[in-house]
Amino acid sequence: MSWLDHRTGIETAIRSFLYEEIPASSGWHQVFGSIAVFLFLVQAFTGALLAFNYAPTPGDAYNSLRYILTEVTGGHLIRGLHHWGASMLIVVVVLHTTQVFLYGAYKKPREATWMVGVILLLLTMAYGLTGYLLPWDNRAYWGTVVSTQIASHIPFVGTYMSRLLGGDNAVGVVTFARFYGLHVLLLPPATALLIATHIYLVRKHGVAPAPGDEVKSRQKFYPRQAFKDTVAIFAAFVVLFVMAAAVRVPLERLADPTDTTYIPRPDWYFLFLFQSLKFFDGPLAIVGSVILPSFAVLALLLVPFVDRTQVMRVTRRTVAFGVVALALLGWTGLTVAAIVTTPKPDTAIAIDFSAPTDWMGLSPQEMAGIGYFRKENCASCHSLETGKPGAPSRTGPDLANVPIKKTAAWMIEHFKHPAAMVPGSSMPAIQLSDAQLNALAAFLLKLTPRNAEALANAPDFAVQAALLYQAKNCGSCHQVNGVGMKIGPPLNGLARRHTQAWVARHFANPEALSPGSFMPPYQFSQREMDNLVAYLFTLPD
Amino acid sequence: MPVTDQSGAQTPAQADVTRRKFHIAMIYGLWSLMAAALSIPAAIYLLIPPKLRKRPEWVEAGDVSALEPRVPVEMVFRQNRVDGWKVQSEKTTAWVVKLSDAQTVAYGPQCTHLGCAYHWDDNRNYFLCPCHTSIFSVDGAVVSGPAPRPLDRYETKVENGKLMLGPLRQSKEKT
Repeated sequence: MSWLDHRTGIETAIRSFLYEEIPASSGWHQVFGSIAVFLFLVQAFTGALLAFNYAPTPGDAYNSLRYILTEVTGGHLIRGLHHWGASMLIVVVVLHTTQVFLYGAYKKPREATWMVGVILLLLTMAYGLTGYLLPWDNRAYWGTVVSTQIASHIPFVGTYMSRLLGGDNAVGVVTFARFYGLHVLLLPPATALLIATHIYLVRKHGVAPAPGDEVKSRQKFYPRQAFKDTVAIFAAFVVLFVMAAAVRVPLERLADPTDTTYIPRPDWYFLFLFQSLKFFDGPLAIVGSVILPSFAVLALLLVPFVDRTQVMRVTRRTVAFGVVALALLGWTGLTVAAIVTTPKPDTAIAIDFSAPTDWMGLSPQEMAGIGYFRKENCASCHSLETGKPGAPSRTGPDLANVPIKKTAAWMIEHFKHPAAMVPGSSMPAIQLSDAQLNALAAFLLKLTPRNAEALANAPDFAVQAALLYQAKNCGSCHQVNGVGMKIGPPLNGLARRHTQAWVARHFANPEALSPGSFMPPYQFSQREMDNLVAYLFTLPD
Repeated sequence: MPVTDQSGAQTPAQADVTRRKFHIAMIYGLWSLMAAALSIPAAIYLLIPPKLRKRPEWVEAGDVSALEPRVPVEMVFRQNRVDGWKVQSEKTTAWVVKLSDAQTVAYGPQCTHLGCAYHWDDNRNYFLCPCHTSIFSVDGAVVSGPAPRPLDRYETKVENGKLMLGPLRQSKEKT
């Protein structure tokens, strides 16, 4: 016995924890509870890291999350771990519940263990619900509008629920504070306490044995089962880490309560609940939103009291398998139905705000320059991302990191006659009009090492729209980002003044919608119209 | 059979020991890997300074054409400072001294000891920090007190009689 153990008993405690006796039948099917605890700890860890760079108010939440994603090193990975960890935790907790259910491990005397577990399952979902609001993008806002409305429709207590959630039918600063408070202050200690209780109860009653275990000698948890748990946790962690690193979690635009075109959808694990609401109309609506879910939770809680048969082999539990199969079928059906019935948005254009959006500040001419840069394949010889490790070396000079000291006029001459301006240059002459070369030069003058990557990522719809904008000379009447004439109204802030549909109709017949306007009508293809309207609506205010 | 034992096959007891060793090694190995995979990104996330999306800009501090030689003037100006996800426009001060006709310097407003705001004492002709009584001469050098290095200076340039300030540079350690 060491000095430390004499004073704290910590070694004895760990030893008695690791050398717990478990039934001979224990094995790979019992790893899910350990994975769930591990994922909970990962969520707590990554959640705390996110909180270090996050301001929990609607005014700042979105910007601070964008800061984490676009400026903080490793921010993408940490947010990815937290986001995908949440989904994974739901999956693992459900798998754990299913395993216990299939094996009948909830039976006497383990009823309390099971019931605490059901509450933990509900808490996991509560994290999903409250965390969904915190990015404060359109998805978060509208998803939460729907969920708080559901809470306010619960008979008798609806009004109070809605007050508890921070407002009478409105999602705002108070709701945000309540959701954040729940997510980081109330739920984590409650979960920790219940996990401790859950594990205590497992220890108290021992891991549930299978029939036949009583004649075999028991094994120790460490190292054999601990090894299996570790391998399973590691496998889950690898999947989580790869997802966090490789799958981008999108961030939509800032929450916009005036956006009438937004199609709210909950996160994937709530889609089945969402879809079930569609089957009940009018006064029956609460059947889908409140009564059925309540019954489901109650049924789950009461499972150990309904099924009081003797413990039997898992392979003989056909009823349990039937219940699980039915639940899986129902869940899959509802989820698939919810996905296929989700209408496609009017324009399939989505901007990923989890990446830098410096391109939004460019003038249409500079944006068009990006178009010519891409069209002329300039990137095959000129890199915009050298300085990054692993960037290939190219034939021509790197245009972002070598400060361009030349004037636009020099560049245009160089584009036309490369070798005349730079003796020995092997660059081919660019066959573009003067206006187009001007645009290209304007873009190149905007490049800095800091913004090169962000500008190179300008989405194609915006570039196409800017090319169209230049081709139609929109700038001779309108201003974008301070560039252009002021005969017509400036186009920044258009999103605040009109809907996308209005703008599309306005292009076809300006007079009809703005009497006295002398803007000529324009006929665009659907693609062109989508690009142009989406581009105009992304302009900063 | 002793023959098989010598040829390398293990007895069941030996196999148990080997398996046990393997299990324990895997437990330690995999947990170390996971701890590293979480703690290294966390350290990077917290310790590497965020990418700056804004270039430091020159700001106008004020008119320096009428400065008297070697008499510090406190100039107040507005400056955009990148603060996390915000760009704050805030009031900043600089102590501006025309050391010679060719050289005008601007000191950052904080004492190099522990960041208190110091001021110019007209009667005694030195900068005095009220916190721990560090004293700096008019050219920023430490005269006495606990300050570890001379006053920090802004990068400066004069355009049309206006003093333009760039980033604040930490002065070299006292030698």
